[in-house]
Amino acid sequence: MNKTWLIIQREYTSRVKNKRFLLITILMPLLMVAFIVGSAYLSSTGTEQRKIAVIDPNGFFKGHLKNSQQLEFNFPSDVDTSNYKQKGYTDVLILPKFEGNQKVDYILRSKKSMGMMLQESITNKINSAIEDQMLQEAGIHQDVLDSIHKSSQFAELKAYEDKGKTSKESNAALASGIGYASGFLIYLTMFIYGSMVMRGVMEEKTNRIAEVIISSVKPFELMMGKIIGIGAVGLTQFLLWIVLITTLSSVALGMLPADIQHQVSTLQQSNGQMAGGMMQASESAQRIYNIQHTLATANWPLIISCFIFYFLGGFLFYAALFAAVGSVVNEDPQDAQSLMFPITMPIIFSYVITNVVIQNPNTPMAFWASIIPFSSPMVMMARIAYGVPSTVPYWELALSMLTLIAGFVFTTWLSGKIYRTGILMYGKKVTWKEMIKWAFKKA
Amino acid sequence: MSSLLSLSHLKKYYATQKAVDDISFDIEKGSIFGLLGPNGAGKTTLLRMITGIFYPDGGEIILDGKAFNPAIDIQQIGYMPEERGMYKKMKIGEQALYLAQLKGLSKAEATEKIKYWFKKFEMESWWNKKVEDLSKGMSQKLQFVITVLHEPKLIILDEPFSGLDPLNANLIKEEIYNLAKKGSTIIFSTHRMEQVEEICDHIVLVNLGKKILDGTVADIKQQFKENIFSIQTDNATALTDNDLFNVIGSDKNKTLLKIKEGRHSNDVLKHLLQQNVNIMAYNEVLPSLNDIFIKLVEGTHATARAFQNI
Repeated sequence: MNKTWLIIQREYTSRVKNKRFLLITILMPLLMVAFIVGSAYLSSTGTEQRKIAVIDPNGFFKGHLKNSQQLEFNFPSDVDTSNYKQKGYTDVLILPKFEGNQKVDYILRSKKSMGMMLQESITNKINSAIEDQMLQEAGIHQDVLDSIHKSSQFAELKAYEDKGKTSKESNAALASGIGYASGFLIYLTMFIYGSMVMRGVMEEKTNRIAEVIISSVKPFELMMGKIIGIGAVGLTQFLLWIVLITTLSSVALGMLPADIQHQVSTLQQSNGQMAGGMMQASESAQRIYNIQHTLATANWPLIISCFIFYFLGGFLFYAALFAAVGSVVNEDPQDAQSLMFPITMPIIFSYVITNVVIQNPNTPMAFWASIIPFSSPMVMMARIAYGVPSTVPYWELALSMLTLIAGFVFTTWLSGKIYRTGILMYGKKVTWKEMIKWAFKKA
Repeated sequence: MSSLLSLSHLKKYYATQKAVDDISFDIEKGSIFGLLGPNGAGKTTLLRMITGIFYPDGGEIILDGKAFNPAIDIQQIGYMPEERGMYKKMKIGEQALYLAQLKGLSKAEATEKIKYWFKKFEMESWWNKKVEDLSKGMSQKLQFVITVLHEPKLIILDEPFSGLDPLNANLIKEEIYNLAKKGSTIIFSTHRMEQVEEICDHIVLVNLGKKILDGTVADIKQQFKENIFSIQTDNATALTDNDLFNVIGSDKNKTLLKIKEGRHSNDVLKHLLQQNVNIMAYNEVLPSLNDIFIKLVEGTHATARAFQNI
């Protein structure tokens, strides 16, 4: 055990001390923030502007077709399909004559084809313009209509999950977000750290240091030392990320103007209502409160501890297999590719299942996929986000964890046997069939 | 002297071949022992069983009077495999420290010993370098230091001189003698017969998984001598085949004679003295280990075996 500890230390420190590790650990959260901010920025500014000429035989669209950031509607009288380009318009919209409840088509001719989102938004605008016109024809006054529009979006869904006596606010969007993020992270780390284990084993084999070390320690100790050491590196990285993200976000909150901070804390105390209507919360304060409030509906301690469990469990389960592959590969990395295939397939397949399960966390497939250790780390994380024990009963969680533990004990045992033979075997191309034979032969 | 290591009826069978098939021998404490054999003879398998990497399928290994227990006795063994291995990206000092600690030394002990050896081999400036910066010969030296660092009772060296210049080879050779003098037992595996003749007290030759020769270098040479004598005279024409000897060759001004069965070397001298031939030199030619090796191994399909499936 003492020697395994030495190996773990070496594997851990040689990687954590590496400059690349520090760089990735620090840059990754920053990159993610930059990516989110950047894509938000791009989507707000980088879009094209459309100047649309409308040919309207009905005469009521002017004033009802609202301009937006990307769409500008004009109602010139002298434009047709042949000359709209010369007149400086990007598109021409030809509306038919609307009569009664008949369905009709409108025609859009453009210099450049229009994206789906914009097309949909134009259709919506036309439909709501017709709706307005019909309402007005039915005798509803323009002012009434405006006030209705202004205060539309009356209802927001507040779903509660019943847990015995207390009911807790639940949020499906957040749950699927967390499920997706944690499933994806586990998927990614399985590949990154799994192949790190494989490369480490291959390095020892091709450097021929394996034989030197194996004359000091058991092959199993060497394999376990490597797996645990790299797992600890992964864990360190996650913990650093959690610390970094919480500090970054609290620093960001601390940089907000004092009055907004005050309003947010008032909102928190009064559960979303401004006390006595004394003052109206500003829009940004409301938004921050909403984000915080939504995030608070998730059971973070449970999710984070489950995430760490499933990350480690899944890592141990697959890392042992990756180590076995690394031990049989000779110098040729191409061999590694083809031998890795049976391991990477279930990982990719589990990821696909995860994406389905996020939509429907309660199907039989979701259940089985979250019990079977090949896919449980990802799939169970996706389901846990929906709530324990409402979506995932405790017994399912316990069963899934137990099978995962049994699973990695088994793969480790299996790989240990393959590893022991493979690590000292040179110059021979090994197939999966032979590896399985080694795994089950005695001594 | 008592034996440090004794193997009895050691066997290791693979699916399609008997890599080590019933091999027994003893190695005396403090001796330098040569393990010889052609490629694929089973030497590496044998060494791996002695170092506890493989479990034998049969037979037993006695180390220092007790049954060999890999878990404990591994500390008593230093093994330098034929294919040298190091972490290329790791600093040399750290690497030596790590490998020494894996052998059971405490950090302080290991540091002290590494410093001692590095000083001895003039490697002090290497501490913070990486292995990838070293030449082949330099890393060979490093590997040797790492092997003997924990003062093992049994040191196993597989081709320790390959890639070393004569200066460094001598350095290592001196060190091997020193270690043997201090009581370490050394198993030396190589194909270079002249090194074996020079260094080893005792040799074992294996071929096709079996032991085919076992003894001291001098005894073996006696065993395989063919009554060949080299003679230098002032009258080479007097040397012709007769009932005492056959002339089997000549080398510059020396002639090689093979003395016939039942005759003695002095008979030849008498015969020549009677003929008034002046003898300048007369000595027995013992076969070199190389000749014995080739004689024993040739024609046994030893090389073909290396390509069989395991």
